[in-house]
Amino acid sequence: MHPTIPYVIAALLFGLGVFGVLRRRNAILLLMAVELMLNAVNLVLITAGGTHGQTFALFVIVLAAAEVGVGLALILQLYRVKTSVAVDEIDLAEKS
Amino acid sequence: MTGADVLLLALGAVAVGSGALVVLTDHLVRAGLYLVVCLGAVAGLYLVLAAELVAWVQVLIYVGAVVVLLLFAVMLTRAPIGRSEDLNRPAWPAAIIGGGAGVGLAVLLADAYRWVEVAQGPPGTAELIGEAVFRTWVLPFEVLSILLLSALVGAIVVSRGQR
Repeated sequence: MHPTIPYVIAALLFGLGVFGVLRRRNAILLLMAVELMLNAVNLVLITAGGTHGQTFALFVIVLAAAEVGVGLALILQLYRVKTSVAVDEIDLAEKS
Repeated sequence: MTGADVLLLALGAVAVGSGALVVLTDHLVRAGLYLVVCLGAVAGLYLVLAAELVAWVQVLIYVGAVVVLLLFAVMLTRAPIGRSEDLNRPAWPAAIIGGGAGVGLAVLLADAYRWVEVAQGPPGTAELIGEAVFRTWVLPFEVLSILLLSALVGAIVVSRGQR
């Protein structure tokens, strides 16, 4: 097994994730791009780390699940307030 | 080129191709479905890399739970089913930074590892990973359970709103 192949795949997936996070306006699509990045990191961990790398990959998967849960709660609340989930329409200085 | 290499290349092509579609498509729902393909291909990569348990956890949690949650969010925010025009910002800065990060990392890793051959470790069965979790990584495991609890409480508090 040549570890270069999964490493290059992971690098490309990470690049796609960065591209998606910077390009997408819709908060849900942004979360999907973040998932791509987390998967790239997991791929590196599993290729490199043997048993301990796999344990860390499991931890990262759990963190991703928690992140998606809280992220969706935030997105739904944003939609309730703004009736839109476009991230560049959020006014961070707004008083509530 | 061994059989494992060919499998890795094929699954990697599927993963990168569907990952590109996730960030490029104009259909919200299709982006979620392409994400399923991408995460499934990554699970296949894990299987080829002899990480059995992580591959099935990936299928269970990512493909099963995370994508379903994302599609729920798509529905709850009343996203249009067809193509939407307003999903993207201008692509150029994102393409430069994302492409730079991706290609830069790829070149760096390819240069560091060249074409070395590495022997596969023992397959990561539930027994082996369980031993690693509960012998070496007990404290992070417990901290993670507290994190999950706080994420649960946080999600409930946030979505309850001010009433």
